Amino acid sequence: MEGTHGGEKTKSRLCSICNQRRPALRRPKTLEQICRECFYVVFEDEIHSVIVNNKLFKPGERIAIGASGGKDSTVLAYVMSELNRRHKYGLDLFLLSVDEGITGYRDDSLETVKRNEIQYGLPLKVVSYKDLYGWTMDEIVKMIGLKNNCTFCGVFRRQALDRGAALLKVDKLATGHNADDIAETVLLNILRGDIARLSRCTSIITGEDGPIPRCKPFKYTYEKEIVTYAYFKKLDYFSTECIYSPNAYRGFAREFIKDLERIRPRAILDIIKSGEDFRIAPSTKMPEQGTCQRCGYISSQKWCKACVLLEGLNRGLPKLGIGRTRGVVNPKDDQVKSKPCGSLDF
Amino acid sequence: MACNGTGCQSGGCYKDNAGDEEEKLSTEKKLNGDNCGDGNHTRHQTLCFKCKASEATIFTGGEGGSRFCADCFRSNLYGKFKLAVTSHAMISPTDKVLVAFSGGTSSRVALQFVSEMQLKSQKNFDATAIRDRSLPVFGVGVAFIDESEIHPIITSTDFNQSIENIKEMVSNLSPPKKNLHLVPISNIYSTKTSDGKDKLKNLINTVNDATGKEDLVTHLRMLSLQKIAIENGYTKLVLGSCTSRIACHVLSATVKGQGYSLAADIQYADARWEVPVVLPLRDCLIQELNILCTLDRLETVEVFNNSCSGINGLVSSFVKLLQEENASRECTIVRTAGKLTPFPFNKIPETNTNDADMASQRRHKKFNLKPIESLPPESFCPICNSPMNAGSFDNSQTTPEHFTAACCSSCRYQILPEDRSSMDDFYSFLPESVITRAKDGNQKWIRERIQDCLILDEDEV
Repeated sequence: MEGTHGGEKTKSRLCSICNQRRPALRRPKTLEQICRECFYVVFEDEIHSVIVNNKLFKPGERIAIGASGGKDSTVLAYVMSELNRRHKYGLDLFLLSVDEGITGYRDDSLETVKRNEIQYGLPLKVVSYKDLYGWTMDEIVKMIGLKNNCTFCGVFRRQALDRGAALLKVDKLATGHNADDIAETVLLNILRGDIARLSRCTSIITGEDGPIPRCKPFKYTYEKEIVTYAYFKKLDYFSTECIYSPNAYRGFAREFIKDLERIRPRAILDIIKSGEDFRIAPSTKMPEQGTCQRCGYISSQKWCKACVLLEGLNRGLPKLGIGRTRGVVNPKDDQVKSKPCGSLDF
Repeated sequence: MACNGTGCQSGGCYKDNAGDEEEKLSTEKKLNGDNCGDGNHTRHQTLCFKCKASEATIFTGGEGGSRFCADCFRSNLYGKFKLAVTSHAMISPTDKVLVAFSGGTSSRVALQFVSEMQLKSQKNFDATAIRDRSLPVFGVGVAFIDESEIHPIITSTDFNQSIENIKEMVSNLSPPKKNLHLVPISNIYSTKTSDGKDKLKNLINTVNDATGKEDLVTHLRMLSLQKIAIENGYTKLVLGSCTSRIACHVLSATVKGQGYSLAADIQYADARWEVPVVLPLRDCLIQELNILCTLDRLETVEVFNNSCSGINGLVSSFVKLLQEENASRECTIVRTAGKLTPFPFNKIPETNTNDADMASQRRHKKFNLKPIESLPPESFCPICNSPMNAGSFDNSQTTPEHFTAACCSSCRYQILPEDRSSMDDFYSFLPESVITRAKDGNQKWIRERIQDCLILDEDEV
């Protein structure tokens, strides 16, 4: 069958890397049987070389780690602080969390992040939707129901992270997106026909022209290995799905990737490689970037997406900015004055 | 942000939906002419969208999915085929076209349409024969690759029956008479050696990976078709690849890490082969082709068990699932891949203009033939013939090591054996043409591009 490319031939009861200790796991990425200690080493070394080879950070930089309390960001925070110390990156690390205001989900996961703050000794900053936009996700869902709520959350989170990062005065934001996430995004962009996103979604650093560049140190790290690492290291993370995201569409692709991984672990890396290698003409038009007239955030339109959505919420027309009408609705001055999203200059 | 896990409701999807909708509208408009309002819509629901006279009996999915009567359905499908052929200069009057027939629905329809087109042009020829300057009629042949040597499951009586059916089917096609080439896949080995069959079996058996095995057979099949075409003087090779098939290829190539070469495989024309390959059914869905086969009682023959396993099997069931959820998904996938930059060889090379061609050029609407401005790829994989973006190798030597180095990373992983001695075996079982391909690399392409400035010695020409 397939998958004989790993180190399966070694029938011995010893780790196939150090040849001394008993193997504790079959490494998801290569199917080699290795011991726990060697797993730590290869796992951390891989991330270190991704960071070095792609020049993700410069000495002296202030870096925010997007921390949700979930497995990816918890492992990222742990590994980043380890590597920073071990390899003397000379980085100032911070944890940055967004409080969407989802009772029974975010309040619990934020507790985890607060424990991480103490465990890893990294300063934490929490920005909340309530403070920035005047609405919690609970209130938004109460108003618009469970359809399209993820649109609000996604748009708001993106901006919230940038605003939080600006408050922390960091140079870069590191997020916990892993290889599975990126492979999934490549597939979804093919399924949707979104060639512009397809060309961008595999970049390890994005938003270099925006207020705060973002990078993905876990670009080549398998989700399964992250979970395994957290399990062996007994890291403290929160593992509940968001109560508002029953998203079947992403689920399709997710399931497909898991099936692929089962018969050929390398498939995840191959999808990312394909995504990097696609011949996409550089002329693929990118929207011209300006700033939102209302809040000053980067936007290709008159108002940024968050302001459009917010305007809809505040005027009791939550469908505004969602659905098939393209372009921005004309904002009128005599409308109810609403709280602009944040007051930070970029 | 593309990767933040917010799902399809985010900005991109909304934009995309809008785009889809627009396109759908425009297709429908095209199909319906002046569309009636919503009120009439329900009243005319059972009438054919196109002629609005007969009762609609056929419901197509996909983009601009419509209700057709049988005649309009047929002409609509044939129209897609014809548009692809004329707008990409797939078949010219001087061509001799070889249709690859597998026994399946798609290639059956390709064969049917090509012979219909030939019949029409024969009629035109007959009508204008009194005048000189009439266009010649292109020739058509049919190739069936006999893979019984590597698919030992079928019983010989079934197989013989299938072959008889194919012969009968080809002889029943509309005139002029078409040559049928029934060739065993081992014909890729030189006729000088009698052990081709064994070599082929051994070659396949040295491949461990189930998907790799399947893909290798696909590459060898192409090699075999090319050989038939070259030996019998054909100038084009027609494949029946439909939208659904191509959508699967887009995803499986992505999964196998062939993102760079993908754009080469999914165009209407592919002239990287000695005999250019054309895909006139690129815009037709398998559902439509199935309907046509049932409607016109086109006989298909299932000779080999063609269900795929491994990665290819996973991908095709995934695409099937997506297509059930959204009937235009396959079109969207192919359209996305269509936006990738094609290679210079993805168009039919211009032939020398003689009188007949001039006449045909007047007739053909080659509106889609934009020049493709990009450099030829560095090299081609000797196994799958994929263009590669990296590395040039010293390919003057013929050793297994050099061969491995000349292959693309995907073939290296899923086809080439890992350990040294198996690799040596694999190499020794390869047909001569594959070894030559590894040696030649992209010399042919470089030569073609700089031809005008080369001064050739007498003996070199």
